This record gives sequence, structure tokens and C-alpha cells, in this order.
Amino acid sequence: MNDCKKQIREFIFENFLFDADATALQDDTSFLEQGIIDSTGILEVINWLEETFSMKIDDEEMIPANLDSVNNLAVFIARKKC
Amino acid sequence: MRNKLIQFCKETPNFMCGIAGYFNLKHPCPPDHRQLERMIYQLRHRGPDGYGFYCDEQVGLAHARLSIVDLEGGWQPIHNEDKTLWVIFNGEIFNHPELRKELEERGHHFATHSDTEVIVHLYEEKGERCVDDFNGQFAFALFDKKRNSLFFARDRLGIRPLYYCYHGEKLFFASEIKAIFAADPTIPRVLNPRAIQEVFTFWAPIAEETAFENVFQLEAGCFAKLQPDSRLQVTQYWDVPFQTDTARFESEEACAEQYRELLLDAVRLRLRADVPVGAYLSGGLDSSTITSLVRNYTSNPLKTFSVGFADKVYDERKEQAEVVRYLGTDHHEIICSYQTIADNFPEVIRHTEVPILRTAPTPLFLLSGLVRRNGYKVVLTGEGADELLGGYDLFKESKIRAFINKVPDSQLRPLLLKKLYPYLALSPTKSAEYARKFFNTDALLSDPFYGHRPRWHISGQNHLFFTDDFRNVAGAAGEERLLKKMAPMLAGLDVFSRAQAVETKILLSNYLLSSQGDRMGMAHSVEGRFPFLDHRVVEFSCTIPVAWRMKALNEKNILKKAMANLLPASILQRKKQPYMAPDILSFFGASRPDYLAYYLSESLLAEAGVFKPQAVSKLMAKCTKVARQGFRENMAFVGILSVQILFDSFIKNFNADTPAALENIKVMV
Repeated sequence: MNDCKKQIREFIFENFLFDADATALQDDTSFLEQGIIDSTGILEVINWLEETFSMKIDDEEMIPANLDSVNNLAVFIARKKC
Repeated sequence: MRNKLIQFCKETPNFMCGIAGYFNLKHPCPPDHRQLERMIYQLRHRGPDGYGFYCDEQVGLAHARLSIVDLEGGWQPIHNEDKTLWVIFNGEIFNHPELRKELEERGHHFATHSDTEVIVHLYEEKGERCVDDFNGQFAFALFDKKRNSLFFARDRLGIRPLYYCYHGEKLFFASEIKAIFAADPTIPRVLNPRAIQEVFTFWAPIAEETAFENVFQLEAGCFAKLQPDSRLQVTQYWDVPFQTDTARFESEEACAEQYRELLLDAVRLRLRADVPVGAYLSGGLDSSTITSLVRNYTSNPLKTFSVGFADKVYDERKEQAEVVRYLGTDHHEIICSYQTIADNFPEVIRHTEVPILRTAPTPLFLLSGLVRRNGYKVVLTGEGADELLGGYDLFKESKIRAFINKVPDSQLRPLLLKKLYPYLALSPTKSAEYARKFFNTDALLSDPFYGHRPRWHISGQNHLFFTDDFRNVAGAAGEERLLKKMAPMLAGLDVFSRAQAVETKILLSNYLLSSQGDRMGMAHSVEGRFPFLDHRVVEFSCTIPVAWRMKALNEKNILKKAMANLLPASILQRKKQPYMAPDILSFFGASRPDYLAYYLSESLLAEAGVFKPQAVSKLMAKCTKVARQGFRENMAFVGILSVQILFDSFIKNFNADTPAALENIKVMV
């Protein structure tokens, strides 16, 4: 789980936070509420999940409870991979 | 009508131009002609046909002119009967024949046919309140020799620009900032962190700020009087008068009819010119409305001009062709590719003089070039309708958010957000949950900036590109200043009107009419005229009952009703398509310009000190990988690039070279 979170954080920093320092993102920070990710950013996240973890994400899974923080993503990935 | 217009042609030579000057604050000094020449030469694109000067020991006034018909007349500065008032003027006073007649009846003697002369005579009658009587788009500086004082004024919506700067013992002023910088190499040229941060939040600097420290704009609807202690006392003589509700209309139809009549009169006034007047045509409702009114109610021979895009996501040529067919105009168009946008962007920034977050002004820069090549110098445009009649999606979004807010637990209401932004290929609204979160439907309705929160929130995220030093100097975002400025205007207004008011004050005045309006037109000496912004039309728009402005989610309801029999149903019913141009797409892939390597180099980024080179480098890597990016990245990239171009062109490598002798000059005495 921790490796997965590290991977998620790297992706978010590389693509959305660029050069911000590590404190800019807690694991439970809402990407949307903090404005870290915008409309197309959500699709980038989905695309990254599908490519990196070879998973297929259904429309009904595209909800904040699955995708809107490092923690939510980590749990979602773990569940999908099982 | 045609005879009437031709008569105006003979009576009213019109001159577009740029103005510049200085005022000695402490004590009289020998006239400095060369300084004036350096200033006005920077504005030669606004008026390339000659330069007029007035210079004494107190003041220097300069004017760059574009003569349209009468090469001999129309020189400025212009004076009153006894030469105690001198004025330099940029713009148009459309009702000047009526004002002139009244003034002549009161005994004033006119020496020219120019609308500019009306200013000095009306100033004699009414002093600073002369501005109340003008229907126009203008900026002027008037020297009152008897009182040894200076008076500036700018039109109500801020269509024509005016900047000023105190330096040494002088007050400098001009239509564009580059003229001020050219006056004296010791004037500090420093980027203004507050204004840049405001651009990266609100999309434009607010109030009097400009992109440069110690250079200010006279705000829209303001005049300023120089006081004996050298302070400029600024007075706002007009503001956009939004009202929440009035019940003075019998019916929507009656309201629409009155609106159309008023708009038609505004169009007629703006056809007063000594040259044929063209029109911009986007294919949308607003420009089609203006074109239709010209076509149906006047005999003006109409050429229309439009922008098409090679990338069909942005292209509206099909819709434009439909209007052209329907109205039978003589139509001309340019097609913008990624390459043309990239090639012209640096030049565009040298004209905007402020960072921008979108490339959208660039095609309009090219369009004004097309207008000039066709021998036209004046165009009518549909600017202002979206703000004043309720056209933007932001207003729709605000209305839906407020609707959801009333029953926050509703599972159905957030689905309305799915109706928003149908033109977006990529949208968060596929999930109602996301939409609810993305649009922050829990925000307080009492928040004066309720409508703009989602936009500002996303834009503000790009502050993470700023260096720590820059952020420290910039301080807190300008929201408090904005609130202080706008609180009286917003008090008592409903959510919808508040969003309209904020959009009009910030986006319309400080971006659309400036970076995308005056600067892009004047870059090729083309004057835009804006019937929707005739102050009588604006004042009427503000009294339209809120529920009629956007009926349910039908934007610009009253305008559609007003034009029901004058435009094809397909245009009237077409969903609004915002005017946009390709941003990041223009700068990566095959069209990637060589200059990116210079402007975004680590060394120039470090020298400018605004952005973290590492962060910019990561953004570049992301764009190189995939050029079709989201709003936030597009705004970040265009904003960063424009700041860097601005830094290079105005600070590091500012060029104030001026020929030893200017051609075609006239010195007034």
C-alpha cells in the first residue's frame, strides 16, 4: 500500500504540482477541493491508472470516493487489483 | 439614411490615434521636444500618418494620427478660442454633431470639424463634468493653461486606454506604457508582482494596477484632476448600474423591442464615419445581431471579417458562412493555424503589455491586419453582449450552483451541471458527484464573488509556479482590494447580477476591451466600435429583470427575442460557443517555435525571477509529451510565456530607438 501511495504521489507531483514541496499534498487532501486537478486532470488520472495498472475503469467508478485523494486512489487500486 | 451618412462624411473627419505627454510638477522647464518625439514614436502603429505637438514650459502634448480622409485637417493638439485649453484625444465622440450644434448656439466658435474640438468647448461650459455628455469611446488629456492644471478622462467602459507614471519632477502619460518607458531611460522598468498574481487569479489586473510597478491606468469611467500638491484626484463619474429587479416593462416582448430600438440607434451612431465601416463576424448571436442591424436598417456597404481555425475544434466557419449567406455581406476571412499563432504571439504580447492566459487575442491581431489590407479602418463588433445580457456559461454555472445550494442533499439537482459546457470534449460533469465537488456547490450564496469562485480557484493554483521571493513580494492575492472596490456595487445584488458585474468590471474592461480589443485593433490602426457598449444600451441592459436575462438556462433571452425576425432560427437557437484559440497546441509539435528555448530558458527564467525554472521545465515536459492539455495547464503555459516575453521586451531589451527626425510633424503654437 505504501509503495502504491508513493507511486501515486510521484504521479501527482510530476503532472499537477510540478515543483511544489512535499507538504503541498497530504494523503487525504482532496484534489478537487484544493484545485490540484481540474476537469481534464481527472481524465489524466484515469488514463494513468489504466495504463500503469492495466485496469479498466467503468463510468460508475469515476467518482470522488475512488479518485479524489492519494488515500482514495490507493484503496481503489488495491481493490481493483484483487 | 445614405444621404445622411454621406453628409456626416463631409462634416466629420475622424482620426484614430495615440496620445502621449508630460507635465512638469515642480517648476517650469524648457520644452523637451525630443522627449515627446521619443514617446509618440512608440505609438506609431496607432497613428502612422503624422505627429502633432504642443510644448511649453509647463506641459508637453503629442499626438500620433491616422488620417482617414482629410490629410490637412484634424491635427492635434486642439485648442479653444483663446488657446487657454489644449487637448490630445484618442477615440471617438459619436454624438459630437449634436454637442457641437448646442455649443455653437451658445456662442462657441469652432476652428475645425473634428470631434476633438467639442471637448475644449464643452469643458469651458461644464468643466470636468463634460464627460457626462459624451457618447463615445475615448481617452484624453486636457491642459488648462489658466489654472495651470491637467485633466484626464476615459470612457465609461474603458474602451480606449490611458496610463500614467510619476517620475522625477514630471508626470508622464500615454495611450500605451511603452511610450512612458521611452520618455526617459531612468524610469524604472520593473514587473509588478501584484498585477501578475492578479492576472494568474482573475485573468486581468484589477483597478489601476498594470504589469509594471509605478505605472498606473486611469480606470474605466473615471476622470482625474491634477492637484496643486501634484496628486491626481481620481473621480469615478460612471459605473455599470446593475439592478436586481425593476418592473417597468409590460412584457418580455416590449422589453425586447425597446432594447432593439436602442441598440439600432447605437449602431447608427457608430456608423458615423468618413469611411465605410466593416464588421467582425464570429458566427455567434452577438456579431450576427450587429451585422443584421447594419444590413437591415442602414445603407452602409458592408464588408464582414472573420477568423477561422485550421483545428476544427475551434473553427466556426460553417456558422459564419450561414450568416454571410443570410445577410449577403462581402465577406473576408483568415485561417489561423497553430503555426500562425506561435509565430505572432511575441508581437501580440508587445502590444498587450500585460501577461495573458490565453492566445485568443492573437487571431484578432491577425484579423485587424486583414481589415487593413482590405482598406478598412473601422469595424463594428459584438463585444459586451455576453456580460451585459447574460451570455456566459459562468452565469449559467452560477445559477445552477445556487439552485443546488438550496437543497444540498438532492441527488437530482447536480445532474443539471451536466447540461453545462457541452462543447468541452473533456468534462468533469460525467459524474454528478464530481460536478458537485468541482463546482463547489457548497459555497456561501452571500459570498460577493460566489459566481467566480470555481474559476479563480483553478486559476489560482498556477501560483505554484511562482518563486518564493516573488510570492512574498506579491503578498496576498488582490481579493481584498477587489472587494473594497466592488462592495458598494455588489451590495444588494442577486447572485446572477453580481457575477455579471464582476465579469464586466474585470474581464470586459481590463482584458477583452484592452488585450483583446484596443491593442489588437490598434496594432494595425483599426478602430473597433461596440454598439452593445453604448452607455444607454448598457444602462438599459442593467434594468432587464434578472429572470428575463437568462430564462431558465436560455442565455441572452431578451436579445434573442429582439432579433427573432432578423436572424435565422439556427443562429438564434445555437448554443453559445465561447471564442477560444488553440493554446499549448500552438507551441508544441511541428509548430514549436525556436524562441521557446530562449524565453523559457533556465537563465531567463532566473533573471526574471517570477517562475521556478524546475516547475516550468516539468510543465514543458508534460506539454511535449501531450499537447492537448487541460484549462489549468493551458493557462499556466500561456501565462508563463507571456510574462517572459514581457520581461524580455520591456525590461531586459527595451528598444526606445527613435529616428533623429520624425516625418510629417506639426508643432502647434
